[in-house]
Amino acid sequence: MTTSAPAALVTAPEPLERGSSPGHDAWVRLRKNRLAVGGALVLLALSLLCVCGPWFAQSYQDQNLDLGATAPSATHWLGTDTLGRDLFARMLYGGRISIMVGLVATFVALTIGVTYGAVAGYVGGKTDMVMMRVVDIMYALPFTIFVILLMVFMKEPSERLDAWLRNTAHLDGFQGFGNMLLLFAAIGAVEWLTMARIVRGQVLTIKRMEYIEAARALGFGSRRIIFRHILPNVLGPVIVYATLTVPAVMLLEAFLSFLGLGVQPPMSSWGSLIKDGAEKMEEYWWLLVFPGGVFSLTLFSLNFLGDGLRDALDVRAAKD
Amino acid sequence: MLRFIARRLLETIPVLLIIITATFFMIRFVPGGPFTAEKAVPPDVLRNLEAHYGLDRPLYRQYLDYVGSLLCGDLGPSFKYPNRTVNEIIGDTLPVSLELGGWALLVALGVGLPLGILAAARHNRVLDHLCSSFGLVGICVPTFVLGPLLALAFGIYLRWFNVSGWYGPSDRVLPAITLGLFYAAYVMRLARGGMLEVLHQDYIRTARAKGASEARVIFRHALRGGLLPVVSFLGPAIAGILTGSFVIETIFQIPGLGRQFVNSAFSRDYTLVLGTVLLYAVLLVALNLVVDIVQVWLNPKLKFE
Repeated sequence: MTTSAPAALVTAPEPLERGSSPGHDAWVRLRKNRLAVGGALVLLALSLLCVCGPWFAQSYQDQNLDLGATAPSATHWLGTDTLGRDLFARMLYGGRISIMVGLVATFVALTIGVTYGAVAGYVGGKTDMVMMRVVDIMYALPFTIFVILLMVFMKEPSERLDAWLRNTAHLDGFQGFGNMLLLFAAIGAVEWLTMARIVRGQVLTIKRMEYIEAARALGFGSRRIIFRHILPNVLGPVIVYATLTVPAVMLLEAFLSFLGLGVQPPMSSWGSLIKDGAEKMEEYWWLLVFPGGVFSLTLFSLNFLGDGLRDALDVRAAKD
Repeated sequence: MLRFIARRLLETIPVLLIIITATFFMIRFVPGGPFTAEKAVPPDVLRNLEAHYGLDRPLYRQYLDYVGSLLCGDLGPSFKYPNRTVNEIIGDTLPVSLELGGWALLVALGVGLPLGILAAARHNRVLDHLCSSFGLVGICVPTFVLGPLLALAFGIYLRWFNVSGWYGPSDRVLPAITLGLFYAAYVMRLARGGMLEVLHQDYIRTARAKGASEARVIFRHALRGGLLPVVSFLGPAIAGILTGSFVIETIFQIPGLGRQFVNSAFSRDYTLVLGTVLLYAVLLVALNLVVDIVQVWLNPKLKFE
């Protein structure tokens, strides 16, 4: 970092000799962390498998009732379920859903949390007090309970949205779309609180810096200052916290699916596969062990990567 | 301190009111009700049922009536279990969940604290690495994976325990371990981190210089400060153990409040849903308050603000 400061003062004709930037330093630190690199590789492999795999594997809906549940074999690597569906193919499709839920719901939580925290921190004063008081109160609420209620009681409206898409808007391939939307909303609504707190704290320190004062002196509006000048500098902690939110979100989705409230059949996520496996484990152990193992492995890797990123970027993100 | 407690208690009133109101209207604005079954109920019967439970009156009247009876401690009749009140159902199921939660908390602290202290005392040695690995694994395996796996291994193959049910003392073992292990791992990590931080401080060096034995240093001098992170985690942990019991009670077929709550949500048993949500909210708020008080008691640097 010390070498980059003079280099930035002299306007070099070409950035041939680049000093080590903070980003580069962090990258070097991250690569030294073997657990984090391992986690990243496992995640990369799993997502590649889940994204590309279904093009090669059997369809997850193909049933073979005569076959029934069979133990792992050469034709069905991870065995089949009671309807004769290939477990490997179902896990690939399930992984797509789980990963997608993890990413999209995190994005929802991120958007809400960052905007909320940035506004509260920037505006300050009474507005800030009221906004953060709301967050405090919501922290005290039994939120899992609300997510469960939301999933149960909004099921019918979400099914109506599906029917409308199918019958009125004539859009195919949107089966279970309403349910997904509900899942994103419900999970996103829970997970944004900590993000809002982190961002607010960062914004409070940044907004006292001189360059913000300069921006204000130049007559820029609040929106421009928040989004162009403040938020880019909050990005580090946000990225770190986001990688730690993804496993939390995937866990919540699987939790809901396990209770029968998340992804609805014939679609399956890892959570709903675990639920099916747990129901039939007395006779067919593989239906539980494989989805459970892969899901745990994914959570492992995400947590390692998140911890590694946090250490590398050296931000004290409060993990609750 | 009394002022602190009084203020916190006053603050909970609006919180609880918001919870009741939000839940009440959320579950009412959605189509379908407790009496919409697969087999349609004849319209006359439906009208009688609704009249009996007061569901035919305007919504705001029902709301006011409900809040009014709440003030008298009456949670109303259950819609799905005729002739039973919500108070009775909660009275039957809550003790089961509390017992499960108590055992789980015991596992969490009984396993997590010793391992965490041990790991800190043997920093960067084999025992530390072993304990830390346990901490990593315990945090990443979700309860709904761990529970069925334990049941599979110890219930079905080894036949040491029953897979489901809640009768004898041995039926407590698997559910308590399943529910408690995640928190044990978390407590271990927090205790280790807290102890390590404290063990680096000057007053510990002073104690050592004065010739205090290692055991005395750890248990007399370091423990109180080192366990602060664990104490502040207890609030969220107890909340998590309470809601975590939803899954555990489903897996092991335990007749507790968690399973009852999920079932009542599915069957739209309005009063039972409301009563359970309210009860959980009160429990959480009360527990958080207790944790806050214990925290200040342990750490004189903090003040009741």
